[in-house]
Parts: sequence; structure tokens; C-alpha cells
Amino acid sequence: MDHTAGMPVDEHVLEVMMPYFTQNIGNVSSAHYFGNEARRAIDEARNKVAELIGAEKKEEIVFTSGGTESNNLAIKGVANRNKDKGNHIITSSIEHMSVVNTCKHLGKQGFKITYLPVDKYGTVDIEALKKEITDKTILVSTMYANGEIGTIQPIKEIGEIAHSKGTFFHVDAVAAAGQVPIDVQDENIDLLSLSSNDMYGPRGIGALYKKRGTRILPIIHGGGQERGLRSGTENLSGIVGMGKAAEIAKANMATEAERLARLRDKFIKGVVDKIPESYLNGHPTKRLPSNVNVRFSYIEGESLILSLDMEGVACSSGSACTSKTLEPSHVLLAIGLAHEDAHGSLLFTLGRQNTEEDIKYVLGLLPSIVKRLRAISPLTPKELVT
Amino acid sequence: MGEIPDADGIGTVGNPVCGDLMNIYIKVKDNRIADIKFKTFGCGAAIATSSMITELAKGKTLEEALKITRGNVAESLGGLPPIKMHCSNLAADGLHAAIEDYRKKREAEK
Repeated sequence: MDHTAGMPVDEHVLEVMMPYFTQNIGNVSSAHYFGNEARRAIDEARNKVAELIGAEKKEEIVFTSGGTESNNLAIKGVANRNKDKGNHIITSSIEHMSVVNTCKHLGKQGFKITYLPVDKYGTVDIEALKKEITDKTILVSTMYANGEIGTIQPIKEIGEIAHSKGTFFHVDAVAAAGQVPIDVQDENIDLLSLSSNDMYGPRGIGALYKKRGTRILPIIHGGGQERGLRSGTENLSGIVGMGKAAEIAKANMATEAERLARLRDKFIKGVVDKIPESYLNGHPTKRLPSNVNVRFSYIEGESLILSLDMEGVACSSGSACTSKTLEPSHVLLAIGLAHEDAHGSLLFTLGRQNTEEDIKYVLGLLPSIVKRLRAISPLTPKELVT
Repeated sequence: MGEIPDADGIGTVGNPVCGDLMNIYIKVKDNRIADIKFKTFGCGAAIATSSMITELAKGKTLEEALKITRGNVAESLGGLPPIKMHCSNLAADGLHAAIEDYRKKREAEK
């Protein structure tokens, strides 16, 4: 149940990709039959990705190497192209590290970055946005939904505010695309980041939606592929795979979202109702269907992960011990959790293969694991150690 | 693991803000560690190192126990990844703190 870490590639996706390794190996830039075939395949994939997000034209889709690159391209692309108009960028305090570190880098280059606070559910503070945005603001960048705590942002409203000041609006939809319906035209979005491996497609491929009229500078220079926005020989098999993944996600979205949300809510209820001093992180209803993020007082996340791992369950945590930097998750701190509570959090991300039996199995394991770890912890009050 | 309610010495190290807190409880008889227990809030390595140090220290004289290093703890566990070595440091510090606490209490009694 750690689908944010890795998802299996859908078998239909793998099937359509295979010919592109050995037979259909044309280069989009070639003038002959093989090149034509490659161009056709890419255009088809482009169309499918465009349809997933309601883009007006498939030409608005640029293929990249993944979500991180799309975020880099969007933010640096806008910043570098529009710095004559202003130097202010607004983002939130719960973004993915590819957005955070890109903004930090731009901050060192002379741009002014504002990180908007979020409330206890992780919802961006709209009033703060209205206060901070000026005529010098060239970009607002927020995630569609946070992949760690699941909270879905008021995207349409944020976009409206951005546009009222003539500011571009970039949305990192890596965690949300394929799970919840997105309409870039209706939701006032100028740039949108997508990742193939977050929707059962292959790793190493992603996309950036760039609305017609949004000017950006490329960050990778070379032969001018993707209309000059992303040079480099196209990852044809990856692109075809991503197109198929987008098509499948769109077709299954309504039923799969409903199924996952049911499992998610059953899971959350099973934890919060049965295990004392356990709490939900993130918004209870405006939440990704796959996301279960809970915290347990007095114990620590990595020890929970290891205990579950020994029973065959994979999940992740926002605790410091599980991070490369030994800092707890900035997202959990941003929603106001004390460090000790951030350490005690556990993230389960459900996927297509998870069933009701899986949920029952994990709910059966958790209470005794939590009890055992609480008995070992010096923080547990006497009443809980029974 | 657990508490010793009438412990002769208690060592508390780390802090929950960092994600690691250990309490080491000792009972001392004839200058030897007659009993030793731990309580830990922390990751798998933190729990393992604090548990291991109680096994290494039990029955030893106070002088021998003070010589136990984080290297000994890590070795007894079959090695620790570098990022987890600070946990074994904490365990050794906890034991030493418990012995310090015991000695301070003895001084006070005199």
C-alpha cells in the first residue's frame, strides 16, 4: 500500500509499448515511413494526455522525463521568460521537493519567493494569496492535491485570483491526475505537470501542459524537439506508454475513484475508531481517493513501517527517521503538527490491486503493533499501557 | 524492556522533537548492574540499539559498563547503516547517563 513510491505498469500499457523497442523504432524527425509512424504514435499519445486533462489542443502537451522535470520546466521556464515583468513567485508551504528546491534555487538568483501557509487540513490560505499577490507576481504554483496528506486544493479559485493580476498559474498535478477529474480550461490553469509512473505508466516519462499563449523558455537545449521546448530524442516507447496509461485512467476514473474512496474511508474509520489516540492527517472529504494518512501518538513511524513490513505490508511515513535529511515531513509540520506527532504518522496509498481483504488484513495487524510499540515508548501515559 | 519503578539510576537521552527518546533504568548491586531495562520512542534502530545495550550491560560492573561504546552496540547488531549510527550513540549515552545518575544519588546519600 505504498503506491506513491511505485506502481506496477498496467499490462495493457506494457503491451502497446513493446513494438516500440524493436520494430517501431522510427525517429520523429525522420522524413521517411518510420518517421511518419513515430509521429503518428506520438500525436496519438499527445491526444490521449490532452483528453485526460481537458486541454483544448494536443499541441499544448510537451513530453518530459517526469514530474520533476515538468515542475522545473514550468517554474524556471516562466521565471526566465518573464523576469522583465516581475520577480515575485508565490507557492505553498506543502509542495513537492521538486517545486520547493526549484523555488529556492530561483530565490538565490534574485527572485522573491512567498510560501503560502496552509490550514490544519493542508488547504492553501486563499486570503493570504490575495494579500501577497502583486503586479510583480509572475507565477503562482500550487499542487492540485498533496500526495502525502491527500488534501485537494481549491484550484479554480486560486487560478481566478492569479489571473485577476495577470499572473500565470502552474499546477503540479502529479499526485492527482488519473485519480480525480481535471479540466485545465475550466479550472483556470496555464501550466500543469503530469507524471506517467503515477498513473500506472512507465517511469522516466511525464508531461507539461502549457496553455497556448503561455510563454516559457526551455531548460534543455538541443535539437529543438517538442517545438523547441524540450530537446532530446523522444522517448517513443515511454510516450506511447504514457498515452495509453492516460487513456485507461480516464476510462476507469469514475468507478475506480468510487471504489478507492470506499476502501479509503473504511480504512480510516477502522483506524480512528478502534485505535485510541489515532488521528487523520489532511482533509476528511476533499481528499484523494487513494490516500490514508494517519498518526499515532507516542510512537514513531519507521518502527511502525518495519513491523508492518514483517507482516508483508508496505507503506511509508513522514517521520524524520525515514527521510534522507533526518527532518520530519515539511508537509506535516506545515499543517501544524508538533514534531513528535509528525514522527508518528503513517501513509498508505491504495491502488488498483488493493481489495477489501487487504484493508481488513492491515486493520487486523495495526492495533497490536501500536500497542506493542506504545509499551516500549517512554511517552505513553500509564492509562494506555494496558 | 519496560520500567524499573525503584531504579537506582535513570538515564534519559535524546528528545522527541528529533524523533528519538530513550530511558535506561538500572538496578545496581555490589557494583554490578543487577537489572537493566529500557523504554524508547524512536525508529527500529533506536529500539534495537537500546535493547541491545541492556543485554550487553546486564551483569557487568559499572566500570565495564562505562566502557561499552556505540561501536560495540552496532557490532552486536551485525552492523548499522551509517545514517543510523547516531541511534547507537544515543544508547551508549543513555547507559552512561544512568550510571552517572546512580553515582550522583549515592553521593547525595552520603
